[in-house]
Amino acid sequence: MSWGFLRDLLSGVNKYSTGVGRIWVAVVFVFRLLVYIAAAENIWKYEHDEFECNIRQPGCENVCFDHFFPISHIRLWALQLIMVSTPSLLVVFHVAYRENREKRHNQKLYRNPGEIDGGLLCTYLISLILKTGFEIVFLVLFYKLYNGFKVPHLVKCDVRPCPNTVDCYISKPTEKMIFLCFLVATSCLCIVLNLSELSYLIFKYSIKCYLKRYIQKHQ
Amino acid sequence: MDWGTLQAVLGGVNKHSTSIGKIWLTVLFIFRIMILVVAAERVWGDEQQDFVCNTLQPGCRNVCYDQFFPISHIRLWALQLIFVSTPALLVAMHVAYRRHEKKRRFRNGEKIDIEELKNEKVHIRGPLWWTYTSSIFFRMVFEAVFMYVFYYMYDGYQMPRLVKCKAWPCPNTVDCFVSRPTEKTTFTIFMLAVSGICMMLNLAELCYLVIKIFMKDSRKTT
Repeated sequence: MSWGFLRDLLSGVNKYSTGVGRIWVAVVFVFRLLVYIAAAENIWKYEHDEFECNIRQPGCENVCFDHFFPISHIRLWALQLIMVSTPSLLVVFHVAYRENREKRHNQKLYRNPGEIDGGLLCTYLISLILKTGFEIVFLVLFYKLYNGFKVPHLVKCDVRPCPNTVDCYISKPTEKMIFLCFLVATSCLCIVLNLSELSYLIFKYSIKCYLKRYIQKHQ
Repeated sequence: MDWGTLQAVLGGVNKHSTSIGKIWLTVLFIFRIMILVVAAERVWGDEQQDFVCNTLQPGCRNVCYDQFFPISHIRLWALQLIFVSTPALLVAMHVAYRRHEKKRRFRNGEKIDIEELKNEKVHIRGPLWWTYTSSIFFRMVFEAVFMYVFYYMYDGYQMPRLVKCKAWPCPNTVDCFVSRPTEKTTFTIFMLAVSGICMMLNLAELCYLVIKIFMKDSRKTT
C-alpha cells in the first residue's frame, strides 16, 4: 500500500470531472505527487542525522530538533496530498451508489449516472469546497508552525539539557526552501482551479435553472 | 508509484506522435529517466554524508554544503524531466477531449463506429497541430532553461574536487571535498549530451511539422 492507491483514486475521479477538474488532477499528479516522490522525499531523508549542533552534550541535538521541527515539512506535505485528494472519493461513492440503485431497481433511473446534476452536483460542490478548505488549512499550518515559508540555516536553541544557547545548523536549507516555495505555488494554483471550477458550476447550473423556469413560465 | 506512471501516460501519447516524436520518447525513457533512477540517484545518494570539510567546527559542513549546492543536480534533473514531459500531456488531453466530443455526438444520436473510435489514430491536423507544435516549442524552452540554470548555478558542467568555504561558522577559509567528483562530472556531461540530442530531435520535429503543413497548403492551392 503506497502512493499507487492515490494514483488509482485520482485516475478514477478523472472520469467524473469537468474539464477544469481534469486539469486539477493533472496538476496534483505531475507537479505535486510526482515531484514529492521523485525529488522532495530525498531532500528530507536524512534531516535528523544531518542536523548538527555546536555542542557535545548528549541529547541536546535531539531536543533541539524536536523543538524546531514538531512535525517535519515532508510529513505535512504528504498529509496535505492525502487530505486534498480524499474529498474526490465522495463523488466516486455517489456515482457508485447511483449505479447500484439502477442495478437494484433494474431500470434506468438516470440519463447517465456519471453526469453532474441534481444530488451529484451537490456532492461535487461539497468536495470542491472541502478540497479548497484543506489546502488553505495546510498552508496556514505550514505558515504558523514554521514562521513563514523560509528555512533558516541556523537556529539558536536553549532547551534543556543544552547548556545556555547553542547554535544548531539545519541541512540543505536552500534546497528545502525552493521546494517549499514550489509546494506553496502548486497549492495556490490548485486553490485557484478549485475556485474557478466552483464558480463555473454554480454559474452554469443557475443559468440552466433560470432558463428552465423561464420556459415553464412562458408555456 | 514512481516514474512508471508518467511513463504509462506518455506511452499513451506515443500513439499520436510523429516518428521523430516516438524517437524522442524512447530517448527520454531509456537515456534519461532510466539512467536517472538506476544510476544517477546512487551516485548522488550519499552526497552530503560524504561531503567532508577540513574542520571540526560543528555546522561548518552544513553551511558550506548549502552554499555550494543550493539545489542538488539530481533534483534539478528530476524537475527538468517533469517539466519537459508535461507539454506532451497537453497533447494527450487534447486527444482525450476530441474523443470525448465524438462520444457525446454519438450519444446524441449521430452514427459513429465505437470500435473505430477506440483504435483511431488521430491525425495531427487543425487545432491538434497547434497544440502539438506548441508542446514541442515549450519542451525546447524548458530544456534550454534548465541547461542554462545548471550552467549558471554550478559555473559550468564540471564538478570540482575541492571547494573553499568561508561561510560562518567556519573559521577563516576551510577546504571542503566533494564526494565522487569525476563520476558526477561524467553523469552531468552525459545528461547534458542527451538533453542536447533531445533538443535536436524537437527542432527536427518542429521543422518537419511546419514543412508538412506548407506542402499541404501548396498542394491545395495548385
